Amino acid sequence: MQHPAFEEVTVHHHQTDDKSFKKKIIKTTVILSIITIVELGLGLLMYALDLPDDLRRLMLKGVIIILSLAKAYFIVSIFMHLGDEIRNMILTIVIPLLLFIWFILAFIIDGNSYKNLRNKYDKHFQERTMEKKDVKELLKKPGGKE
Amino acid sequence: MSTQATVHQTKWWSGGKSPFNLEYGKLMMWYFLMSDAFTFGAFLISYGSIRFSQNYWPNPNVVFDSAPGIHGGAPLFFVSIMTFILIVSSVTMVLAVHEGHKGNRQGVIKWLAWTIVGGLAFLSCQAWEWHHLITGEHAVLVNGQVELWGQNMSHNPWGPVVEGVTYHGHHVTTPGPVAFGGYFFGITGFHGFHVFSGVIINIIMLVMAQKGVFDRRGHYLMIEKAGLYWHFVDLVWVFVFLCFYLI
Repeated sequence: MQHPAFEEVTVHHHQTDDKSFKKKIIKTTVILSIITIVELGLGLLMYALDLPDDLRRLMLKGVIIILSLAKAYFIVSIFMHLGDEIRNMILTIVIPLLLFIWFILAFIIDGNSYKNLRNKYDKHFQERTMEKKDVKELLKKPGGKE
Repeated sequence: MSTQATVHQTKWWSGGKSPFNLEYGKLMMWYFLMSDAFTFGAFLISYGSIRFSQNYWPNPNVVFDSAPGIHGGAPLFFVSIMTFILIVSSVTMVLAVHEGHKGNRQGVIKWLAWTIVGGLAFLSCQAWEWHHLITGEHAVLVNGQVELWGQNMSHNPWGPVVEGVTYHGHHVTTPGPVAFGGYFFGITGFHGFHVFSGVIINIIMLVMAQKGVFDRRGHYLMIEKAGLYWHFVDLVWVFVFLCFYLI
């Protein structure tokens, strides 16, 4: 269908072929659902195994993050049709988003460093927030909380 | 492919046409969504930064383990329903946009209506979840005494469990990090506000389609823009779901 009101648009590349379109949408929906179920499975696995905060837990979380990024890719590329746009258009959206790499790393590292500094210099903070607690002390001492 | 050939031969920057092969409104919608992505990104990164600065953070499997009629013991069950509702409403929106390409008014109306139903269902679920968190009562050990706390902006009952102490057969915890409530309600609330405004936009689109406004214009490009917004809401939920419920 030509859009008479938008002659600045050069190429109309939206397919109206019903069959292949429906197929593509169903396929994407199934992929998104499966990824979500796998994510939930991994999240519950983390809980069921009661993993300590070690490398294995971190790796599971990494897998879940990668799966979420895959989901985001499918939503943006297929549902939002960004994959059908021309290269210039794709790049003008995607390149600014690269800023997130710095954004995430900088602030996560900052938060982590703040924790380490506080644990080192503010023993009260560490005692108050660490998971292992002396039960008797908690029950006895009024003013145990800040 | 003739389309492919045109794409390669076109001098995009020679003027008189959109160098991005998009009409103005849709391009601006993309840029708005990009800036909105940074807004959400800033919120979520701030949450991550605070979370990394704490020695202890509540386990989502413990916090979100109830659903209507299920009191505990069903971790992530309710939120996965919410996630599927949003995915399905995204699919119905794709179908509405597709019917718009074909200029099929009845098809647009049908799928837009289903999208609105999905959005309202999601909002209802979120309302229940908030209500449940705020009004729930959990035994928390404060100054050597048990107090009953709900999850709100100033209280967090999801601290470490105190071993060997029970209160009417329930676990007793110490207070958890207060920041949890503010971030959870702030970010899911901001997302819920996007869903809400998306529903409003879709209702306006539905009325306009019903009245034949798009038929008179000769195109359904407004539906495409509303669709982009709606998919973005779904996209943000992927990351809210990731940050608050999964990891």
